[in-house]
Amino acid sequence: MTASVITFTSGKGGVGKTTTTANVAVALALLGKKVVCIDGDIGLRNLDLVLGLENRIVYDVVDVVEGRCRLRQAMIRDKRLPELYLIPAAQTRDKNALSPSDMVRLCDELRPEFDFICIDSPAGIERGFRNAIAPADQVVVVTNPEVSAVRDADRVVGLVEAEEKGPARLILNRVNPAMVKRNEMLSPEDVLELLAIDLLGIVPEDENVIISTNRGQPIALNGKTRAGEAFHNIARRLNGENVPLMKLDDRQDFFSKLARMMRSGGS
Amino acid sequence: MIMQRRQAVTIKGVRDGLLITLSEGSWEELRPALLQTMEERLGFLKGARVALDVGDHLVHAAELGALRDQFSEWGITLYAVISRSPVTEQNAQALGLATRLSTPRPERTIRPLESHLQGENAILVQRTVRSGFKVSHHGHIVILGDVNPGGEVLAGGNVLVWGKLKGSVHAGMDGNEQAVICALELDPTSVRIAGFPVTLPPRKGKSEPQMVRIEEGRAIVETWKSKK
Repeated sequence: MTASVITFTSGKGGVGKTTTTANVAVALALLGKKVVCIDGDIGLRNLDLVLGLENRIVYDVVDVVEGRCRLRQAMIRDKRLPELYLIPAAQTRDKNALSPSDMVRLCDELRPEFDFICIDSPAGIERGFRNAIAPADQVVVVTNPEVSAVRDADRVVGLVEAEEKGPARLILNRVNPAMVKRNEMLSPEDVLELLAIDLLGIVPEDENVIISTNRGQPIALNGKTRAGEAFHNIARRLNGENVPLMKLDDRQDFFSKLARMMRSGGS
Repeated sequence: MIMQRRQAVTIKGVRDGLLITLSEGSWEELRPALLQTMEERLGFLKGARVALDVGDHLVHAAELGALRDQFSEWGITLYAVISRSPVTEQNAQALGLATRLSTPRPERTIRPLESHLQGENAILVQRTVRSGFKVSHHGHIVILGDVNPGGEVLAGGNVLVWGKLKGSVHAGMDGNEQAVICALELDPTSVRIAGFPVTLPPRKGKSEPQMVRIEEGRAIVETWKSKK
């Protein structure tokens, strides 16, 4: 087994990197893959909260790198899923506690045992970002359909290209189809035209995401929501499957709703 | 007297024959001096083609005619009269005499046909210039890709974008006001040419390839249209 290292980054904060990382990791694990998440946001750790694993942290990634524990000891296994692990970030340190080469070494050690290594990058383009993309095989840029987020995503795509980690792929998060329809929000086409990279998936705006995040129950555990379905599709695409983009049309008649429920029930 | 005469009349060889030059002085004195000198040197002058430089002197057609006749009696051909006086020149022309010494034609140099065009210093950027990235060059800049908002292009010469230009661009940054900016789609955040900020008129309708330049301090935007 040689894991593929996927880094989720965005430049701008608050677009949903951590939520996306957690949900994609959960969806990959639900596909039967062996997955480990690494929280790269040292000093502002969140991934453990979103995954609902906060109270199980004993050691963190900095402890591993600085030799206070073995790698195994820092890996928290998610009991809801067969093979999902988290390596949490340190909360009392900052980004300089790690170097890009530490991250490369850490991932090289994990690679033989996993299918996927998902790294949650911090916001910004400084040390934390560099740490997160250094070991990456694939980079996924998460953005919202807002001009500021798209601008930052463009910068990050350029930096990823400059690091020769490209081409990055895009997840467009929190798309509100009704607003797009009213021309009040950038459409996926507008964003893709500017960024000119491959689209990995579109996640519609969904209140359930906030509820599930607050509860520490990633929405991908529940495939019956729009956002959950979107994360499952993204996971399948990362796994090499060819999954068509789901229809964003908000207006659904009874039959399409039923068909979707049956489909998501099956996956 | 003889010395004076010698100085008054000089004879030298030119391309088409002999040139006899008269010095300053009154025509009344020069004319007999000329004739006397020539008569003395007939042995040398016989059969020669002669051009006569009379300087500023005004010589009437009748006098020129008489001189020519006298010369031809001695077996000397007067073929040209050179003068700075336009009247004398005109008179000489009336008599069918040349008024200029033929100057050797400059050698015509045949240059090989120039089929190589001299290029100028330019760089080619084969990628999209994304937000936060900058392309800077003192020559021209050609971009095969887009310039996204937040991207910067700084050129000493022209800027050509084969794509969408949505970032900020400065052409002719070293003070070249002739610099132009062209793009397939021109929708920049900011434009400067030779340091002057350029305000583009709001775009209406479909985007077309356009070129911006400045003329007398005003921005000119030209839309490229294919000829049908």
